[in-house]
Amino acid sequence: MVEASASVKTGEPERESAMRDWSIRLRRNAEYVVIPLFALVVSACAFSLFLLLVGKSPVMFFELVQRGGFGTAFSIQNTLQRSAPLILTALAVAIPARIGLIMIGGEGALVVGGFASAAVAIPLLERVPPGPTLFVMAVAGAIVGAFWVGLAGLMRHARGVNETISSLLLTYIGVAIMNFFVEGALRDLTNPNKPSTKPIGDAYMMGKIPGTDVHWGLAAGVAIAILLHVLMTRTTFGFAVRVAGGNPRAALAQGLPVGKLIVACTAIAGACAGLAGFFEVAAIQGRANASLAAGYGFTGILVSFLARHNPIAIIFVAILFGGIVASGGLIQRRMDLPDATVLVLQGLTFMILLASETLYGRFSIFKMDAGRDRT
Amino acid sequence: MIEARTGVRALALETIGMTKTFGALAALDDVSLRVEPGSFHALLGENGAGKSTLVKCIMGFYQAEQGSLLLDGAQAVVRNPRDARALGLGMVYQHFTLVPCLTGAENLVISRADAPAVIDWAKEKRALSAFLDRMPFRAPLDAPVSQLAAGEKQKLEILKLLYLDQRLLILDEPTSVLTPQEADEILGLLKGMTDAKEISVVMITHKFREVTAFADSVTILRRGRRVGGGLVAQMSTQEMGGLMIGDTQISARAARAERPPGSPPAETVLELAGLLATDEEGIDVLDRVNLKVRAGEIVGIAGVSGNGQAPLVEALSGQRTLRDGRIFIRQQAFEPTRDAYHRLKVFGLPEEPLKNATVPHMTVAENMAFRSFDRPPNTRFGWWLSPGPMRSKARELIARYRVKTQSPESAIGDLSGGNVQRAVLARELSGEVDVLIVANPCFGLDFGSVSEIRSRIMEQRNSGAAVLLISEDLDEILELSDKVAVMSQGRIAYVAPVGETDRATIGRHMAGHA
Ligand SMILES: Nc1ncnc2c1ncn2[C@@H]1O[C@H](COP(=O)(O)OP(=O)(O)OP(=O)(O)O)[C@@H](O)[C@H]1O
Ligand SMILES: [Mg+2]
Repeated sequence: MVEASASVKTGEPERESAMRDWSIRLRRNAEYVVIPLFALVVSACAFSLFLLLVGKSPVMFFELVQRGGFGTAFSIQNTLQRSAPLILTALAVAIPARIGLIMIGGEGALVVGGFASAAVAIPLLERVPPGPTLFVMAVAGAIVGAFWVGLAGLMRHARGVNETISSLLLTYIGVAIMNFFVEGALRDLTNPNKPSTKPIGDAYMMGKIPGTDVHWGLAAGVAIAILLHVLMTRTTFGFAVRVAGGNPRAALAQGLPVGKLIVACTAIAGACAGLAGFFEVAAIQGRANASLAAGYGFTGILVSFLARHNPIAIIFVAILFGGIVASGGLIQRRMDLPDATVLVLQGLTFMILLASETLYGRFSIFKMDAGRDRT
Repeated sequence: MIEARTGVRALALETIGMTKTFGALAALDDVSLRVEPGSFHALLGENGAGKSTLVKCIMGFYQAEQGSLLLDGAQAVVRNPRDARALGLGMVYQHFTLVPCLTGAENLVISRADAPAVIDWAKEKRALSAFLDRMPFRAPLDAPVSQLAAGEKQKLEILKLLYLDQRLLILDEPTSVLTPQEADEILGLLKGMTDAKEISVVMITHKFREVTAFADSVTILRRGRRVGGGLVAQMSTQEMGGLMIGDTQISARAARAERPPGSPPAETVLELAGLLATDEEGIDVLDRVNLKVRAGEIVGIAGVSGNGQAPLVEALSGQRTLRDGRIFIRQQAFEPTRDAYHRLKVFGLPEEPLKNATVPHMTVAENMAFRSFDRPPNTRFGWWLSPGPMRSKARELIARYRVKTQSPESAIGDLSGGNVQRAVLARELSGEVDVLIVANPCFGLDFGSVSEIRSRIMEQRNSGAAVLLISEDLDEILELSDKVAVMSQGRIAYVAPVGETDRATIGRHMAGHA
């Protein structure tokens, strides 16, 4: 047959070809950075237009975001505080995305996870010391969250139920279940204002990272993101997930347990979101109530898509959005803009980001190709 | 108007000095070719020679870095496929592009660039039948495309281009999904239209038979360069083959090792017992399939495509659940799990490997490791990946199976069609094989590779593997098999040792009257 191909010269030194492999990878990956950045810039422009339309100054807006989110040591800590749950809820989108599922149930898993942590704490308070109690709470949050999103994965695998819809519906059910208990059996009757569970009390609240005002959730989020990145890129589990997500037919032909992988990925996702709920309860709120459903789960969807479902990128994007969330109060006060303004910005960004998906493969500088159908 | 000029509708096409590089690789290097109006032009070349790239540059899918395109002698600028279409260039792909749930008529009408938002079907139907009256052939227009046979679909694809008034048709391996009879019919019809100067045709193919029977002129590419061409009547197929492969040697075909006479029959390795499967609508696609394959034996399954071959391969590769029946390997019930594939050494090459056996955006090295990524040396501690051994194994396989790729890190989806096939085969044949299931292993391969792949299959048989070969190419089956089985309407209709049967008998069973 044919002799060794034109391009793969057999005598080529190993190092040179390794260099080329590396440059091919670099080029391919550059696209994943440049296009989301581009989408961000376009959304900032679109949002500026919106502000101009309602008669506000875009310059002032972005200045306030900068100041309120990143301007002072205090605001940076505030930002980091808020990015902790975003990292975790974004991971709850990113991991299922690797196996080809679009799960948007992070909000629900956060709520049920947070509620479960608060609920298991009640009988332990005063009897068990804070350390073990917090541990039990974290485990409960993670398990319940894992169950919650894993259920959507299981229904997808066993019955072919669309996971996006089911995870969204499960969110409403989760919020309703929490309300049911918080307004009923588990209601703290000493607190007449807002139906909540019994507070865990200051002695049981989780501490701060030493030298900062930021709770341990941030450290945990970063560590989990790095762990999951390693899991997805350097382990056989991650490899199998990438195969199953890239082409389920090929995965089946390799005998990979596609169904189990789906359930595993969704359970990991749910555990992340459940942990986010745990940190909200144990480090911020001290109790479970309706303010757990503060939208972190939904913002996490946007964060994950902007980060192209890459756990490491999620850390940075989450901090950016944590800043936007953190500056919300300042913007509200200074510019007399309603709360929903930030939601408009997020919505715009999401739309533009989704539209920018069509740009992949259009720019020849990133790739050696442009077309799809190959024969 | 062109009609006014010469009375010829067919377009003349010329490329001058086309060059296209992908990174460091020159996929096309200064390629010039000329297609006379109303001629049937064949484009030949081994896998990865740049044939698809050339026609994609012409059609505006890729932008050539250098070179120009002349249509009827005038410079033409094609920035995207829409431009190409406006200029009268149409392309038929190797895969079908019709919408399966729509009827033929609906497919034709919606393909029009100016399809109105609200379609007046009565009017369109009249216009369509007027159009069909002018056409030399027909295709069923009222049935959903999903119910059509491959040949009918391909006719419809071509009718679509004619309906869109394209005057130069480019066909990229149009016959690989067709039986020889279907191929002859369709190419004959196109030939008639070129002879009438209605259209010009450029066809990529690996089959010399089609070139000599239908083409007027030919261009031969090798490694992105034009190495020859001219009138088909003045060239022999030997000459063409020589130009395709240059001075490289075709390795000798592995011969069938005969079992010593009088030795006891080999052990049955693969046994299919009453396999029953249905499709989404509950129609039986496998109707109690029973078959045995012994060690060191190739059983070839012949049949008209669509008679259950694809579901059979899917059932054997875990992509389709059986309603009933069992698969046994060495008397053990076989479930398509990863552990069973490994323990029982079951390997396979499904058809359309890009769709069925690879993840297109993963790298060649990763795709080649699908079998072994979870075993040492690719892993440590059972779960930690070591990309180093994976990559060096890929380098070895790429060299051994002569897969043309820029690097093991290229996405496998960027390889040429034939090279994807080779990469998957390298993966599946690289270990010790006990059971091998191959479906149409030589689709889209150049003749050198065909010879090599068949050799590899024969080698596996000679070293004791039980081979199940599902093929639409009867010549392939007769050449390789020890035993021939015919599949018809989801069941095995006939089994005979290859020495005790003939084409006519097989053909009769294939057609379902026996
Ligand atoms: N998009 C792409 N990116 C990188 N390399 C590519 C791309 N498309 C094609 N190539 C490379 O260009 C070369 C020519 O490919 P092409 O698809 O034109 O081959 P071909 O002649 O059609 O082969 P086959 O008979 O196998 O279909 C191959 O080496 C292929 O790997
Ligand atoms: Mg090709």
